[in-house]
Amino acid sequence: MKQFVGQNVKRKEDYRLLTGSGRFVADIRIENMVEAAILRSTYAHAKIKNIDLSQAKNYEGVLDVIIADDLEGNVKPFTEFVEFTLPPQLEADIKPTIKKNPEPMLAKDKVTFVGQAVAIVLAVDRYVAEDALALIKVEYEALPVVTDPFETIKDDAPVIHQELGNNIQSHFEVKVGDIDHAFKQANHILKTRITTPRVSGNPLETRGVIAEYEVRNQQLEVWTSTQVPYMVRSYLSKLVGLVEGNIRVVAPDVGGGFGPKCAVYPEEIIIPYLAMKYKRPVKWIEDRLEHMQSTRHSRDQVHDVEVAFKNDGTILGLKDQFLLDNGAHNSFALCCAYNSAAHLRGMYHIPNYNITGRIVLTNKTPNVPYRGAGRPEAVYVMDRIIYMIASKLNLDPVEVSMRNFVRPEHMPYDTGIFYRDGANMVLENGDYTESLKQAMKIVDYEEFRQQQEEARKKGKYIGIGFSSYIEGTGIGPFEGAVVKIDSTGHILVGVGSSPHGQSHETTFSQICADVFGVNPEQVTVRAGDTSLLPYGVGTFASRGAVTAGSAVQGASKQLKEKFIATAGVMLGVSSDVLEMHGGKVYFKNDPAKGVSLQEIAQASKPGPRCRVPKGIEPGASATYYFVPPTVTFSSGFHVAVVEVDKETGFVNILRYIVVHDCGRVINPKIVDGQIQGGVAQGIGGALYEEIIYDKNGQLITGTYMDYLIPTSMEIPNVEMGHQEYLSPHNPIGIKGVGEGGAISPPAAIANAVCDAMKPLNIEINTLPISPNKLRSLIEEAELQEVY
Amino acid sequence: MSMNTVKIKVNGRLIVKEIESRWLLSDFLRDKLGLTGTHVGCEHGVCGACTVLIDGEPVRSCLMLAVQADGLEVETVESLAEDDGSLHPIQKAFANNHALQCGFCTPGFLMSVKNFMEIHPDVPTDEEIREAISGNLCRCTGYSNIIKAVKEAYVLKC
Repeated sequence: MKQFVGQNVKRKEDYRLLTGSGRFVADIRIENMVEAAILRSTYAHAKIKNIDLSQAKNYEGVLDVIIADDLEGNVKPFTEFVEFTLPPQLEADIKPTIKKNPEPMLAKDKVTFVGQAVAIVLAVDRYVAEDALALIKVEYEALPVVTDPFETIKDDAPVIHQELGNNIQSHFEVKVGDIDHAFKQANHILKTRITTPRVSGNPLETRGVIAEYEVRNQQLEVWTSTQVPYMVRSYLSKLVGLVEGNIRVVAPDVGGGFGPKCAVYPEEIIIPYLAMKYKRPVKWIEDRLEHMQSTRHSRDQVHDVEVAFKNDGTILGLKDQFLLDNGAHNSFALCCAYNSAAHLRGMYHIPNYNITGRIVLTNKTPNVPYRGAGRPEAVYVMDRIIYMIASKLNLDPVEVSMRNFVRPEHMPYDTGIFYRDGANMVLENGDYTESLKQAMKIVDYEEFRQQQEEARKKGKYIGIGFSSYIEGTGIGPFEGAVVKIDSTGHILVGVGSSPHGQSHETTFSQICADVFGVNPEQVTVRAGDTSLLPYGVGTFASRGAVTAGSAVQGASKQLKEKFIATAGVMLGVSSDVLEMHGGKVYFKNDPAKGVSLQEIAQASKPGPRCRVPKGIEPGASATYYFVPPTVTFSSGFHVAVVEVDKETGFVNILRYIVVHDCGRVINPKIVDGQIQGGVAQGIGGALYEEIIYDKNGQLITGTYMDYLIPTSMEIPNVEMGHQEYLSPHNPIGIKGVGEGGAISPPAAIANAVCDAMKPLNIEINTLPISPNKLRSLIEEAELQEVY
Repeated sequence: MSMNTVKIKVNGRLIVKEIESRWLLSDFLRDKLGLTGTHVGCEHGVCGACTVLIDGEPVRSCLMLAVQADGLEVETVESLAEDDGSLHPIQKAFANNHALQCGFCTPGFLMSVKNFMEIHPDVPTDEEIREAISGNLCRCTGYSNIIKAVKEAYVLKC
């Protein structure tokens, strides 16, 4: 029996995307539609003294101009995303302080970051709307600005939200073992500060929202470029006070998400509200400059870390105090910060661990999770430490890693803490030593060390760096699927998880096709539409395949059983003697005799000709919600081989290797594509990308000329090795793969650069490793050599 | 606003239309002609998603006014497939090699590659392909499958 799971089935999504017949939000046009443009704050922190709209409102072609006062009493502010609040057992364990910090839809009395929405113009087209924006006069009174996470926690720092008392929005502590005892036992203690700067996910399609209100049936239709249409529906209902069932949110073709589109944004609430208010369709498409300013950023963590270890490199304990600079607001509770704390020890057995996280607010754009969501920051800390221990003890970093791994015989390994979903955090399976060995074999480690020595003699600096990661993937609380078979025998699948490049239509049709024993061509998968299922969660946190994939299998199996039972009635036999394959249900002992899916579907319609067994609801559909018991852990190793030009500080990646375990692979080409693409983003963070604000809170990197997205010239072809330790937490054995590629490149590349420059003993503990930064480190090191 | 009448041959069809002189070519194609396959990614000429061919040359349609295209010939992604819907060799090669994920940047790549293959008829090296597509940003794929696809497009074209 041919199985399609595991095969390189060609993507169903490609035809429309290749021919220009895809449908992204900006492509949608509706009769009588107006277009919105948004006036954004030019100040990082200021009082709004006055807004003069008279000229803008009178401009020809303008329907109206809306400010905060117009929303008062009609649209509530964001407080927090309850989807990301802590489960009670985790809350009881770490006893966090989390202050609510409501975010207004439009700035009212003051602005708190550059790019915050202040006013919205509705006009006949975008050109006219932008003309009118220029006519709005806002009188600001500047307030003191704080953009540095250490400045913002000082007692005399300007307080951004008075009701919070200070700028420390959240605080939590995680403790395992006896940290003081561990530090007393140590031969060595190492202390360092490791920083991962602020970056921006930058999907190539910006955000955009279109809304239309149909008075006839009070239906609000919203098209938005989001990863979480159900969340948008929920907050629209809550904040505007609408009947949830009257709202349909559609994420059509979405041009990349990566995390920034996992939040609900003010525009996703206001634009639909305005469509209702003016009874006209409203369209708002973000431009790239707005995107850089107002679409949420990520990372921005500073870790002050201390590690206690023995002469042989065994790590006894680790202490970390870190700050996450979340910008002006945080609606995501401890999401990224707790992910960092939970993943920091990675695949290492560190029995004594104490980590304190503080989420602090500054006058910058708010942060949200971005591909990796707190893990790249943690991995950067841990794997730099492995290299620093090796350097201090004059050991090979690989040896230090090997010494500290959680071993296969310790699996399942209880980490001693809760995961963010409230379950005990347990690494279920895998063999990290073997995985590292596989990576070393691909790169030919011994051979490389010899080449490196010879290269150094010729004044060439090449280096190798390793990084490891584990990732809790497939987080709950659930995801659903509905599977139907229509009267032509075609299978239709609807899922709650909505894609933005992940290939849901292809991979889920493979899973469904295997259950029914048909070709994936006989299956159509639809996603990104809240009318498909009553409940849905979304695509983020490497969860799509794990959660929605499992739901598709569950729903398909239920419908298969129902169809076999119905076929039993049709054929007048017990269903035990029947089986299904190839679009037919037939006798096990006489495959020539049977009924087709089409015939069974027709016999499933209610009425006198219905053959669905008595006691079972008529109809040819089944809905199933998969509720994972907890996350499932993917893992992997990244190896970077680099050459450093000592004169210019330029880093050239010579080879990049990934060995990873994502459990059962549904479609190898798609999995490899996720890894390659994730690595490209990771390389961006390692070498090129950084969101920079000046001390006045002005965004310095506000265009693609300043914020450097890697091109084809910078990204090598990633060489890959695979392991397949099936997940015990879902029926297919899948572990998530979306984020893994992006987690380890900063650590692997920084380690490789340090390794290349070992004769100068350079330590790289910040990012990106830009030529100017690296050149300064080289200069400093050379000066120290002289003295 | 000053209006101008433009005559532009778009995908082989002569279009005569009145347009405000300030309208970008990208907006004209998308909003006035409904050719929404040309995507706008950055509107400042860096990402290349809006790349179209003008008299055969790749141009960023977000950096050009529609009136500047008066009298010229424009090709967009919609022109690539055959009338019967069958894909152009470059499109086929992209599908065969999983050279697109979200697909937003893809039309720009296809148009850049079409021009590259015309001016570079010999099978290129990987480095030459990398350089040829370096004016187009892709945030999903990490490029390596696009490079494979371009190589295969040369094979399919023969």
